Amino acid sequence: MTEHSDIDHVSGTSTTGHQWDGIKELNTPLPRWWVITFYLTIVWAIGYWIVYPAWPLLWSHTTGIWNYSTRADVATELANLEKIRGDKMVALGNASLEEIEKNPALLALARARGKTVFGDNCAPCHGSGGAGAKGYPNLNDDEWLWGGSLDQIMQTIQFGARSGHSKAHEGAMLAFGKDGILKKDEIVTVANYVRSLSGLPTAAGYNAAAGAKLFADNCVACHGDNGKGNQELGAPNLTDKIWLYGSDEATLIETISNGRAGVMPAWVGRLDPSTIKALTVYVHSLGGGK
Amino acid sequence: MNKTVNPTDLELDDNAPLYAARKKVYPQSVSGTFRRTKWGLMAFCLGVYYLLPFVRWNRGLGAPDQAVLVDLPNSRFYFFFIELWPQEVYYFTGLLIVAALTLFLMNAVGGRIWCGYLCPQTVWTDLFYAVERLIEGDRRERMRKDAAKGTMKLERFAEMLLKHSIWLMIAWWTGGAWVLYFNDAPTLVKQLITFQAPMIAYIWIGILTATTYIFAGWMREQVCVYMCPWPRIQAALTDEWALNVTYKYDRGEARTSLKKANELRALGQPVGDCVDCYQCVAVCPTGIDIRNGSQLDCIQCGLCIDACDTVMTKIGRPTRLIGYDNDINIHRRQEGKPPIYRIVRPRTITYAALIAAVGAIMLYAMLTRTLLDINVLHDRNPVAVKLSDGSIRNAYTVRFLNKRGFDRAIAIDVDGPVNATLHIVGADSVTQDRPVIILARDTTTELRILVTAPAENNPEKSVPVNFRVTDIGLGEVASATDHFVSP
Repeated sequence: MTEHSDIDHVSGTSTTGHQWDGIKELNTPLPRWWVITFYLTIVWAIGYWIVYPAWPLLWSHTTGIWNYSTRADVATELANLEKIRGDKMVALGNASLEEIEKNPALLALARARGKTVFGDNCAPCHGSGGAGAKGYPNLNDDEWLWGGSLDQIMQTIQFGARSGHSKAHEGAMLAFGKDGILKKDEIVTVANYVRSLSGLPTAAGYNAAAGAKLFADNCVACHGDNGKGNQELGAPNLTDKIWLYGSDEATLIETISNGRAGVMPAWVGRLDPSTIKALTVYVHSLGGGK
Repeated sequence: MNKTVNPTDLELDDNAPLYAARKKVYPQSVSGTFRRTKWGLMAFCLGVYYLLPFVRWNRGLGAPDQAVLVDLPNSRFYFFFIELWPQEVYYFTGLLIVAALTLFLMNAVGGRIWCGYLCPQTVWTDLFYAVERLIEGDRRERMRKDAAKGTMKLERFAEMLLKHSIWLMIAWWTGGAWVLYFNDAPTLVKQLITFQAPMIAYIWIGILTATTYIFAGWMREQVCVYMCPWPRIQAALTDEWALNVTYKYDRGEARTSLKKANELRALGQPVGDCVDCYQCVAVCPTGIDIRNGSQLDCIQCGLCIDACDTVMTKIGRPTRLIGYDNDINIHRRQEGKPPIYRIVRPRTITYAALIAAVGAIMLYAMLTRTLLDINVLHDRNPVAVKLSDGSIRNAYTVRFLNKRGFDRAIAIDVDGPVNATLHIVGADSVTQDRPVIILARDTTTELRILVTAPAENNPEKSVPVNFRVTDIGLGEVASATDHFVSP
């Protein structure tokens, strides 16, 4: 008698020969519809291999007989999305920046759109929340090199700074040390003077009068008589608490010696006008807008 | 008596087919307590399902007046006096927990009561069987008609046509009632009839028509046996105290024919009550023999109890040879002890207590539900901003929930760092030195709020900040606390 040759006397079905605590496992066949469904899924799977891209090859993959491509699907979906957005984005394009800010619906739309566009395009430099980094302005604060009004922000986004675009903001911090305009000790003195402008402590033995003189001779052209800066030139206010590159003596010496000329790309042409508007409103609403 | 196995059978066994053809079940009509209970529960369940969407509930102007409504476009769920927002899905979690525990409790008390009396599969299959019986006749007639395959006459064709038409009509109504829970029922009925309802409604009616027709008309007991996970799960939940539909073999065996039983009984010899009439098998909707003991295929509907009781009454023996009983009692009776039934025991007390606890928590949450709410999310990137004058600013995304059916003006206060100022992006109307915004009825409003602490009061690393909204008209107040962080 082979092991699995037992017939259960209650059901009349054969058993598998397995036993647990005296309970035998019946070898009950599956219902016909179940088995047919199972075979159909196998047939379906084979059909799937043939019809759709399925098998990875060494340098490519089988393409299927319909040339179906999820990539093409995504492109179509994106095109559809643009179509769906159409009306709303047109409304955004037609409203002025001030109107957008006053209209809660448009503001919400602009902020939502602006946030995603910001994440895709601006976050690499300014951070995903616009917090900036050394050399990359924090867009949440109220210090604006080129002005923080809606129009000024839009201008900066459109054409950038030192981007090579003909309408871009120009003007750069000179390299006073590298170009031999100031001597090393003069740079240290003026750096300390700049620190004193915003109430930071100065180094021992520093000559305030000499610092003021050096500042008046070299810096006021851009940063103004009292160091308040000049947005026309992108010259930062040196009397406030915000420092793009840092306010410690070493950093200031570095800045004065070698100059600074960070670049913001121009986005006109890369982003459509209504998207730039949305982005402008978003950045303005981050809180620092004037 | 063990059968001896014939070696030739074993040969056949090895070549056995991979599948077994379905043995069609022809349940016979039966009457009795359990059948009546099933009719009653069926009428109740179907009545609730089909009519509930038409029950009205006045919620005031602008709000839907349907008692039970799943309003997907507006993300609201209405259940009589209850209105739930998406933020309150935890009520559903609670409801699901209560439902699961109730199922456990039912199981601990009376086995698969759910399967036998309340499960939609059972209810609709039962209804479909009733239609079939009405048109094609009872068990024997249906078997005879099915057996006479090749000789199908026009009459038989008409019967089939009628049966399937009625089945499809019931199935269609089932799908139709389903979509009524998702839109204003009277309006939707009008739209459906004039073919102006949204496509999705027709698609869902189609899906549910198909599933009802196939599941209740064609698959029947196979759904329970092959597709449903509950029989497998409940086997792990049951215990020796649970009342299950049980053949009392201590009383029934050894079974024999009525005539022989009477003869033996006259001689004063021991004999079982079961007369092997197979009525319990004939009426079973899953086609099993309850006398083989508890089994997965048994949905515990109790129809075999009715059938057996009828026979027992006829032959003058005590009823409930098959009845709701537990495993313990079979052995107790064999030992000559009286049967015991214990419904109140640690397991049932635990389930009942858990149900009561979850229910109480839900009730408390429901009673203390607020109609004005505020959620605050601190901006994480950056957490804090230093402004040019040295002051510190934190930004918060604040969401206001106005669950009332009218617009209202609310004032916003913030208690945070000393002398902190408040600025709301995009909404700047101010009343009595406080920013005031309008919350549209039955909506959420999301705003960015900037809190600035002046330089001279720069707070510690982190101080609590409390946002408080006050309904100017009603005086309702809601508040939420977060932190004000310095860089």
